[in-house]
Parts: sequence; C-alpha cells; structure tokens
Amino acid sequence: MTLRDTAPSPLPVRRSSGGSMLYDPTIRGIVFQILIVLALVLFGWWIVHNTIVNLRAANIASGFDFLQTRAGYDIAQKPIEYSIDDTHGDAFVIGLLNTLIVAALGIVFATILGFIIGIARLSPNWLLSKVAAVYVETFRNIPLLLQLLFWYKAVLSVLPGPRQGLVLPLGSNLSNRGLIIPRPIAGESFDVVLWALLAGIVAAYGIHRWARARQMATGQIFPSGIVGLAVIVVVTLVAYAATGGPLTLEYPELKGFNFVGGLVLKPEFMALLLGLTIYTAAFIAEVVRAGILAISWGQSEAAYALGLRPGRTMRLVIVPQAMRVIIPPLTSQYLNLTKNSSLAVAVGYPDLVAVFAGSTLNITGRAVEVIFITMSVYLIISLITAAFMNWFNSRVALIER
Amino acid sequence: MIVTSVAGASAATLDDVKAKGFVQCGVNAAGLQGFASPDDKGEWSGFDVDICRAVAAAVFADPTKVKFTPLTAKERFTALQSGEIDLLARNSTWTMSRDTQLGIVFTGVNYYDGQGFMAKKSLGVSSAKELSGASICVQSGTTTELNLADWFRANNLQFNPVVFEKQEEADAAYDSGRCDAYTTDASGLYSIRLKLANPDEHVVLPEIISKEPLGPAVRQGDDQWALIVKWALFAMVNAEELGVTQANVDELKASSANPEVKRLLGLDGDFGKSIGLAPEWAANVIKAVGNYGESFERNVGQGSPLKIARGLNDLWSKGGIQYAPPIR
Amino acid sequence: MTDVASPGPDPRSAIYVRGTFVPPAPPPGSIVGPLGWSRRHLFSSPANIAVTIFTILLLAWAVPPMLDWLIFNAVWTGENREACLAPEGGKVGACWAFIQAKFGQILYGRYPLDQRWRVDLVAVLFVAGLVPLAIPRVPFKRQNAVLMLTAFPVAAYFLLYGGLGLPVVETALWGGLLVTLVVAVTGIVASLPLGILLALGRRSKLPIVKLVSVVFIEFWRGVPLITVLFMASVMLPLFLPSGVNFDKLLRALIGVALFSAAYMAETIRGGLQAIPKGQYEAAAAMGLGYWQSMRLIILPQALKIVIPGIVNSFISLFKDTSLVLIIGLFDVLGIIQLNFSDANWSAPNVPATGFIFAALVFWIFCFGMSRYSQYMERRLDTGHSRH
Repeated sequence: MTLRDTAPSPLPVRRSSGGSMLYDPTIRGIVFQILIVLALVLFGWWIVHNTIVNLRAANIASGFDFLQTRAGYDIAQKPIEYSIDDTHGDAFVIGLLNTLIVAALGIVFATILGFIIGIARLSPNWLLSKVAAVYVETFRNIPLLLQLLFWYKAVLSVLPGPRQGLVLPLGSNLSNRGLIIPRPIAGESFDVVLWALLAGIVAAYGIHRWARARQMATGQIFPSGIVGLAVIVVVTLVAYAATGGPLTLEYPELKGFNFVGGLVLKPEFMALLLGLTIYTAAFIAEVVRAGILAISWGQSEAAYALGLRPGRTMRLVIVPQAMRVIIPPLTSQYLNLTKNSSLAVAVGYPDLVAVFAGSTLNITGRAVEVIFITMSVYLIISLITAAFMNWFNSRVALIER
Repeated sequence: MIVTSVAGASAATLDDVKAKGFVQCGVNAAGLQGFASPDDKGEWSGFDVDICRAVAAAVFADPTKVKFTPLTAKERFTALQSGEIDLLARNSTWTMSRDTQLGIVFTGVNYYDGQGFMAKKSLGVSSAKELSGASICVQSGTTTELNLADWFRANNLQFNPVVFEKQEEADAAYDSGRCDAYTTDASGLYSIRLKLANPDEHVVLPEIISKEPLGPAVRQGDDQWALIVKWALFAMVNAEELGVTQANVDELKASSANPEVKRLLGLDGDFGKSIGLAPEWAANVIKAVGNYGESFERNVGQGSPLKIARGLNDLWSKGGIQYAPPIR
Repeated sequence: MTDVASPGPDPRSAIYVRGTFVPPAPPPGSIVGPLGWSRRHLFSSPANIAVTIFTILLLAWAVPPMLDWLIFNAVWTGENREACLAPEGGKVGACWAFIQAKFGQILYGRYPLDQRWRVDLVAVLFVAGLVPLAIPRVPFKRQNAVLMLTAFPVAAYFLLYGGLGLPVVETALWGGLLVTLVVAVTGIVASLPLGILLALGRRSKLPIVKLVSVVFIEFWRGVPLITVLFMASVMLPLFLPSGVNFDKLLRALIGVALFSAAYMAETIRGGLQAIPKGQYEAAAAMGLGYWQSMRLIILPQALKIVIPGIVNSFISLFKDTSLVLIIGLFDVLGIIQLNFSDANWSAPNVPATGFIFAALVFWIFCFGMSRYSQYMERRLDTGHSRH
C-alpha cells in the first residue's frame, strides 16, 4: 500500500445559486419534466388534431350516438334478452357478458387443472411428474391462437352432424353443433330449495365458528368441515324432497336441422373455453410449483416437531405460506386469460371484440369510438382486478408479521 | 417500406396518382375467385380487379400500373378514408349510410347482386323458407348479416347465426359442416362454392333476399377522381352497347364512321381532356380489359369456372339493367 | 512436526486397528439398478403404485393412436388431395404431403421465387450474428451487438424490401416464417431500448416522468394485443396527417413494439430492483451523474440479471406474432391456414396436419429459447445473490 503524498482535494461544493442553474439537479429535473409534459401535450394534440381534420375532411360521421341506434344483427349467444331491434349499446352489453362468462369459467377450470398439474409435477412418482412436465412444456410453448384454431377446426369440426351425433347419457348429444345437454327447469317451489341451501351454508359457517372457538378455548378439535358439508347436503335434499322435487330436466330433441330444447354448448364456446383452460393451466401449474418449492423444508420439519400430521402441516403451514407466493403471479395469469379471451374472434364466439369491435364497428364505421370503448373496457377490468389483488395481497402479507 | 406519401382526402388524387406512377387499389383480402384473387405469383385478376386496371389504363394507358392492397371487411373503408388506397373495388354494397356517413362515395354499380343462400344438397332443401331452425354461417358486419336477421324475422323463421370476422373463416366453417347453410351475395356463393371440398354437393337456393348493388368507391371531396372512376366503368358499358371490343377497338378507331363510337374512342370532341385524361382514354380502357360484357364473361361468366349468367347484369337493351349514360 | 496423517500401518497398533477401510459392500439389489430405481420412484407406497398404474393406462390409451396418426398411418408423399383421402374403409393419419407441397410458402409466403436468395442471405447473416452473441465464451460481444443493432437492420431492410439496385418486393407478398421472424425480431429490438427508458422512468424520482411511465406501461399491459392490432390497422391511419401512410406490416410492427415494450419495461424494472442500494450509493459517491451511473454501473448489472426474463418476453412475443393473421398478414400459421382453402388439398386430415406442423415450428423456437433462458439463469446464478 502506498500513501498518498497529497491530501485529497475537497470535493467541489454544489451550489444551487444563479450561475450554475444548469447543473442544479432540482431545476434540471423540473425543466426536464416540463419538456416532457410539453412534448406529450403536443403529441396528443397532434394526434387529436389529425384525427379531427381527417374525419372532417373526409366527411365521416363521428360521436357516440350510434350506441342508441338499432343494431339489426343477431348474436349467437345471448345471456340476456336481446333482439335485432335492440341498440348497439345492448349488443355491447351482450358482448361484454359473453366475455365475462367465458373468462370466469376459464379461470375456474384453469385453476383446478393448473393446481392438479402443478402438484403432479412435484409428485415423488417419476412417471406422473414427467407426464405433467411434458404437458407444461408442450402447451405453454405453442401460441394460444394456434391451439384455439386446432380445437375448433381440427377437432370439433370432424365431429359428425347433429343427426349422427354421439349419443351420451341423459339425452346429451355431441355433434358439430356442440354439446347438447338437458336443461334443468326450476319449478314453482324451487326457491324454497335455494333458501334451504343458503340456510345450510349459514349453519355450516356457524358450526365452523363454534368449532374454532371451542378449539381455541379447550384445544379439542371438531371435524367442522365434514359436518358442515353434511349439514348443507342434508338440509338441501330434505327441502328438495319436501317440496316434491321441483326441478325437471328438459331433454333436447332433434327437430328439423338442429336440436330444440336443452342447453347448447356451442363448438365456438367449447373451443375457446378448452383452449383458454389448457393454455393457462400450463402457466398456473408453473406458478403453483414455484410457490410450493419456495417454502423451505424446515417449515415442514418444524411442523412435524410440533406434532402436526402431514395433512395438517400442508393445510395449516405450507399452503398459507405458498399462497402468498402464488397469488400475485396467479392474478396476472387470470388477467392474461381475460385478455386472451379476445381471441374469440378467431373461432366465432361472440365476445366483446367479435360483437362490438366486429359487427358494430363494421356496420357503423365508427372505428375510433368503438376501439376506444373496447380498449377502455379491458383496461378497466385489468385495473379493477389489479386493485382487488393488491388489496388482497396486502391483507395476506400483513398476517406475516 | 413503407412510409408512402399518397393523396390526402382533399388533395387532387389524379395528380398524386400521376406523380407516384400507379393507382393503389383496395381488393378483397379473402380472394374471391372471379372477382379478385391472386395467383401463385401474386398476380391479381378478376372482375373487380378489371375496374382497377381500367382506371389505370385510363390514366396511364397501361393496365399494369396498379398496385393492390388486400383488405378485410373491417379495414376497407378506413383504408379509403385515410388515403391508403385511391380506389376501393372490393365487392362492397352501395348503401345510403355508407355514401353519407363514411366519407366515401360510390361511383357506380359494376355488378347488380342480391343476397342468397347455399345449402348442402343432402339436406333436401329447395327453398330458403325451409331453413327454419338452421345454423347459418355469415360474415360479421356486412350488409349480409343485417339482411339475414331482417329476412328471417319478416318470414317468422328462427335461425342460429354463426358469425365470423373473416369470410374465409365462414367458408371453412360451412365446409366442415358447422352450419346448415351459408349466406352472402349470390355472386360470392358461386365463387365460394368452387373452393369447397366437393362443390357438387352444394346447391344455391333460388331466393334472393336483398338488393346488393356492388360497385367501386372513392373518397368524398375529389370530384375529378370520382368522375374518372365513374366514366371508366361507363366507357366499358357503352363499348359493349356499341359493339366495341378488345379485338376490334384499334380497327374501329381507324375506320369507324359511327359518331358515338368516334366520341367514345376520342376521335371527336375532347371528353378526355375534360376529366384530365388523354383523348383516347376510353380506347385504352377497352384495349386493356375489354368492354363490360367481355370482362364479365372472362372473369365470372361462361369463360370462367363460375359460369354466372348475365341476368340483371345484361345490357338494358337485352333484358338486364346495366345502363350507361351516353358520352356526348 | 511428525507426519500424523501419514498412511500406512503402524507396527504397534496393527494388531488392534485396521489401517485401511473395509471396502464398501455393494448396496442390496433392491436399492440400485432399474429395479431399485423403479421401486423408489414408482412403487414406494400403495398410493404411488395406484398413480403409476393410472398414468400407464393413460399413456397406453393416448400415445399409440397419436403415433399411428402422426407416423404409421400418415401420408408422406403425394401430389394432391387424392393421396391424403382415406382408402375405402381404411384409416389415414396425417397428410404430411401437404406440408411438403407448401413448404416454400410456409418459409417465404409469396415472396418471388427468383428473389428468395435474398431472404436466405438475411437468415444466414442473422444466424452468423446471433450465434456468437448467444454463446458466452465468444469474445467481441460489444462490437458484435453494435453490428447487429445497426448494420444488420439496414442490410436486412434493403435485402428484404429492395432498393439499391434490388427489385422491390412488396410486403404484401411476404409471408410464412419470414413474417413471423420479422415481426418478432423487430418487436424485440424496438422494445428493448424503449423498455429500458420506461423502466428507468418508472423508478425515477421525478413525479411526472414516473406518472407518464406508469400510465404508458399499465395501458399497454391492460389491453389485449388483438385490440392493439385492430387499432394499428384501423385507427392509426386516421391519427396521421393526410398524405402520410404506413405499410400494413409496419403498422403491425409499431403496435407489437409498443405492446412488448411495456412488458419489457416490467422485466427490466425487476432487474433494477434486484441491484442492491449500495451500488446506487457507491455510484453516487464516485461522483457519477444519473445517466453515467445508470450506463456504467446499474444497467450492465441489471440487464445481465434479467437476460432470462428478456428471453421469456421474447418467447411471449414470438407466440403473439401469430395474432397478425387476424389483421390479414400471413405468418406461419396464417399461410398454412390460407392453404387449407386450396381445393387441390382439401381433405379432412389437412387442417389438423397443418396446425400440428405450425405448432411444431412454434414449439421448436419457443422451447429452444426457454432452454437457453434456463441455461443463462444457471450461468448467471452466481455473484449476484446477497448471501
């Protein structure tokens, strides 16, 4: 080591006075930000100005009044009442509902399948974990659009016509018109059964609360899960029998070209749901695997040392901690699934993009307004989900300390 | 690539077209055989394509000075509005709302069409009125989709729409048996039937449920360019009336004494100059694509696999409604 | 000092203590070998046995028909649909003859036959530039990267599109793997710098810069790519002054680049957050300004950490390129689908064959990239952890 022969010169003192304003970080920051705002405002103005000039010069009608005009086209899947005399605004609602339906079902199925495969991948059974690994590596490396088209065009379209459809139990039928199943029709006193179901759930919750309180006080464990489930089932069944079985099934019947009656799951819907589920499940499986692997083995050992059995260790120690790791990426997978449901347009499922940014856009020619509304809807869904999950996350995270 | 400067909405399209040296023409991206479809080398041909070539011939005396932009149903009007294309010849129906609200203007009708249905022969259907309860494949956002809903309601029939964003998707779904019937403009039905796996197993039903006048469109606000496109088509129809064909146009130009022919071919009067073109503009059109009848027969009529009868598209003097104002 | 550790028998203790270890006995046959392995991994408990049997049954049910369809019953050669139709009463598998007939289109689209050498040349240049970049041991990384980001795009532009004496090939004629790769590579190259800027912006102390970055990132991440592509194809022309127009492919590229930049920004932000605060403080203590400390200290470390993340973004982007078919561009999937309508090749097994081939193409690229990303992750797994 050599010694310096001169004392280090003092660092120049940074002055924020007049002469070196150019070098003052605060002032530079402010100037820089003002420039950014100016640039953005100018850019935004330029776009808006161009659009207005273009629309006016070309004499193109604009505005949102088209939402109140007659749509005039029919939609294949209508969760609520809709006829061709309803407005484009009504068609928008139908499209949005269809998007939400397929996204909600997709989330449920993808979560179930994803958890199964994620856990299977961690199985000590070599064969099972390899099968799960092959599933994940296959389906997440193939574009979703391709998978959707494959299910729709290569699988469902080779199904036979409705007259030669595959006959399944309970009068169900699988053909290239879709899966047709009996439709449950609620009788007059069916609401009694629903109320009984609700009462059962409330009772089960009460039992759970009581069992918890007793365990806290005495340390004795009561199997509240099984008992609660039994209460719900028994109460509902009793009510169903007492009211004389008010639920009937409407069986589909082949009339003319298609089945009449029954509940129709159209091929477009099935292909979209199948594709979204299988694709997203591959990602969820990886999320679940990573979440479980993130919990160190010491946690299990500590739980065993406390005398917990493996089942309880999993339920009380591992899962709550793993969920904390799993939930944020799981949320983004749910959001991806919702956004990906817009690929419905490729398989003809009438979602928001297909109905509103398809038929309505083409019929009214209001490209700017329609795309603006469509993007806003997805943006709002994303922001609401993100906000909810942030809230949920902060709740889960608080328990940590 | 890519950034090209073309005519804006208010500029003089003709000057821009002349400056860049070609006409940019929007055609059907799905490739509708007989109307507009590319071959393996990307060369476009068809009845709609002939309109593009006719305009190019009128402006440049050269039908190859045209570039094609394949457009989906969704893109077609925006492409025209924004100046991406100079001319839209994409089997589009002329309607009042399109003429008044989209900033475009239709210049004429090159094909009088109507919406029809096609169904599998094995269904044993002989009329569209027997299609109650059927699944019907249709392309979204077209006049076809609207007519379909109206017609079934007017006839008190039920149907299940199966709606696709793109025509080729609707074709494929019908071909795979997803739908009992397919509906679009009758001309399209003949063309699409040719692309199906077994064309002979499908039958076009007799009902025509709507008026679908198909024609070229241009941007609003440029009357000169609209006139050129309008009269390129009229020149073809007039030529058929007068018996001027691709084969005899040069001969007639040299020898004809008929004043109407002389005016058409630019030997008399200065009609070309009045729309900013050369005097022999119409002769160039006919030399390039033939008269209306020739173009029809070559692309969609007896000289083509489609074998569509002239029907409404015959000359007014022969029982059809194709009728062009005289050049005088 | 005496040599306590020296081996060899000590004459005094030789009677009581062995000088050498007893050679280990081989483990019992039930532990090693295939038998022991399968006992441990497949049949360790009744539940495990049940799972094994169930899985074997599942595989026995699914795999043989798949192999039959893909290989044994498949049609490998043929001129047209006749070859791929099932013989009377017989079964027929995949129609690989279709792929063979359309292979040129799947690679190049409708790019003119006599000009395809230009695409090949670009591909060769691309591979020649990329392989040395991807292999860690090869030197001259920086020079190579600069070349790939400056000279290569220019060369590729003139080769693919034309100019400088080469005839122009309209982008409408491009298709197949060419379009897939052009969209994916342009998307990643354009999104990287934009993503870095946005990531820095989001971590900036300047409130407006931060706000603008957050809004930009969350907007693009909140909307589906398909609406972005619709916007690019239908609305973008209206945003520009009359007289300026973009090619359809370029419009899709702009949409894809903006979209992936937002995702890239979040990936890079992760890397920035992983850099210990001490690095920032040390840089400041050295008297480096913001841009200097970012350029010299922070970004080199942060970007290195997120290479796997960047590759993963690239995989997503690569898969997303298939969406351009919805706006009428023909990528691999688009061109294969377009050919389904070729009457010469319309047979029931053709769509499935085409989709499976397209899936194979995408899978090879994506799986290869994800393996590379895992390899880099392992390689980079040293030196940055704080323990």
